[in-house]
Amino acid sequence: MAVEATDYLIFDEESGTYIENPEQAVRDDVEKHYWLNVLRTVLKDWRLYVMLVPMLIVFLFWRYFPMYELLGSFKLTEEAKTVAEQYYSGFSYFRTLITGLGNTELSMQFWRAFRNTFLLSFYGLVFGFPVPIIIALFFNEIRSNIARSIYQVLTYLPKFMSTVVMTSLVIMLVKQGSDTSGMQPGVISQLLHNMGLISSETAYSGLLNNPSFFRAIYQISGIWEGAGYDSIVFFAAIIAISPTSYEAAQIDGAGKMSQMRYVVLPFILSTIVIMLITRIGSLLNVGYEKVLLLYNPNTYVTADVVSTFAQRNGIAGSLKGLVSAAEMMNNVIGMLLVIGANTIAKKASDTSLY
Amino acid sequence: MRRKLEISELIFKIISYLLLTVFAVGCLYPFIYTISSAISGYVEVRDSTIVLFPKNVQFDAFADVFNNNVFWNAYTNTLFLTFYGTLWEMMLSIFGAYALSKKRLLFRKGFNFFLVFTMWFSAGLVPQYLNYLATKRVFQGVGIMDDKWLVVIAMGMQAMNIILLRNAFEGVPSEIEEAAIVDGATEWQVLWRVYLPMSKSIIATVALFFGISRWNGYFWARQMISSVNEQPLQVYLRLRLEEYSDPEITTNWQLSHNYAPDSLIYALIVCSIIPLLVIYPFIQKYFAKGVNVGGVKE
Repeated sequence: MAVEATDYLIFDEESGTYIENPEQAVRDDVEKHYWLNVLRTVLKDWRLYVMLVPMLIVFLFWRYFPMYELLGSFKLTEEAKTVAEQYYSGFSYFRTLITGLGNTELSMQFWRAFRNTFLLSFYGLVFGFPVPIIIALFFNEIRSNIARSIYQVLTYLPKFMSTVVMTSLVIMLVKQGSDTSGMQPGVISQLLHNMGLISSETAYSGLLNNPSFFRAIYQISGIWEGAGYDSIVFFAAIIAISPTSYEAAQIDGAGKMSQMRYVVLPFILSTIVIMLITRIGSLLNVGYEKVLLLYNPNTYVTADVVSTFAQRNGIAGSLKGLVSAAEMMNNVIGMLLVIGANTIAKKASDTSLY
Repeated sequence: MRRKLEISELIFKIISYLLLTVFAVGCLYPFIYTISSAISGYVEVRDSTIVLFPKNVQFDAFADVFNNNVFWNAYTNTLFLTFYGTLWEMMLSIFGAYALSKKRLLFRKGFNFFLVFTMWFSAGLVPQYLNYLATKRVFQGVGIMDDKWLVVIAMGMQAMNIILLRNAFEGVPSEIEEAAIVDGATEWQVLWRVYLPMSKSIIATVALFFGISRWNGYFWARQMISSVNEQPLQVYLRLRLEEYSDPEITTNWQLSHNYAPDSLIYALIVCSIIPLLVIYPFIQKYFAKGVNVGGVKE
């Protein structure tokens, strides 16, 4: 049956003619009224958007405004005292930081902080990452639920404590001795001294005043604090392995090591990979609070990280623009690492972290 | 049927128990040492002769902590920050996560990215500091003089927790929601009567995360709260620690005290963790849950 032309054509009342390409006209119409349609949809569902808006505002005000201000800090806003200083503000902050032109001391500090940031994370990865996996393997050996719960409760406990409490404990345990009041050094210092690992002078002057001990203290306290808690995710992966897998291996005569190698490892490998990638992604994201609470001028050489460098020179000090540039460099590289890590995780396991 | 353990399995089991015990004791020991040191006498603490149990017991360090009004002020402030901070964050997060979990939300991907981006990139401490200073001025301009409200309102929102909630809400079957709507439930009722009861445990977990980070919050509170009377416990503890590590203060200490200055710090540490220790056994299972949900998902 022939289709009447009028079925197809739309009569436009304004111009008094038929529209030639009605489909295109409808598309144009939708496009023209795009925001009107959006508004209509929003109004119909206004409750949903009312719920969303407060959260967005909080993020906008206190997460995104600082980013906007960050851009502003590259203008000549700082009270530059001399012409030379003025010259090096603005985008040349980056040049100052990287090459040391204009402020060699600060640039040196920045590179030291950048290196320390990376090293603290990297050592954390090397020494801290395997520990939770080992603990999870140990948990799996404990068949009694009550015993396991007790171990779990105890080992998760330090994670609950605030950084202030944790660092206070560390400070007290390795504190220096004092001549004026006759105070002896902290109990851990004394223990290490009695074991012959450190000299009595070292113990007496306080381990936290000694730059060569800072990284070790940072890592060990980190493991003490987080290893139990971090083992949860690995333990969850291990406990999901069916007992028949072990039985099959045992019947084949596999010893414990072979069972680990051929039964447990393949099962938890994907979890390990994801966790590893996450850690690599946050390599430039050191917990600054802990460093800030543990370090002192004696240990800046090994302890100062980018965030504490920023706190010292930007918040307590007055070099706001320069320090913002330093932090931005650190955070941009950090962001690239996170995005890269996430992309790899997605490819490796079909698991996106975000 | 029980099978005899292989020798390698037996050895591994023994090693497991042994090392786990060492680690668990290591986790617990500093706390026991803290309590013991807080109630030991001056000479014992000075000479570091306490190993596990207290010696020459005194409770004056605790008494002096309790007799200080600033301490109670700090405690009240921490309770205030924890209660209102968690309430504020939970309110925003639940509403926001609920909206984000709806497929019909316009620009949903954009809003999600808006959240996730804050986990990838942060402006840094200095711009944040300047931003908080500006906020403080605005707050004072509208008559909110108490810096605690600045900490409650402006700080502590975490995109990760919102995403945890959103994922939980997305897991609620849409048939239940549709049934509720057919029965005439409004959007609010769907949220309160359907979604919240169905994701109780994840809500508890997220509230716990917020609550703990509020209780433990230190850095920004120290930067932004200027009045001594408004400082939370963590800041108070740190300031005392800095004060008593000065040898000048402790020179003639023994003349007026029967406990060492360290004991005062230890007593403060005990006081600041007691509430957490008391509730810890009850909330520990939620604490563990957040990791499993948060670690690997979708």
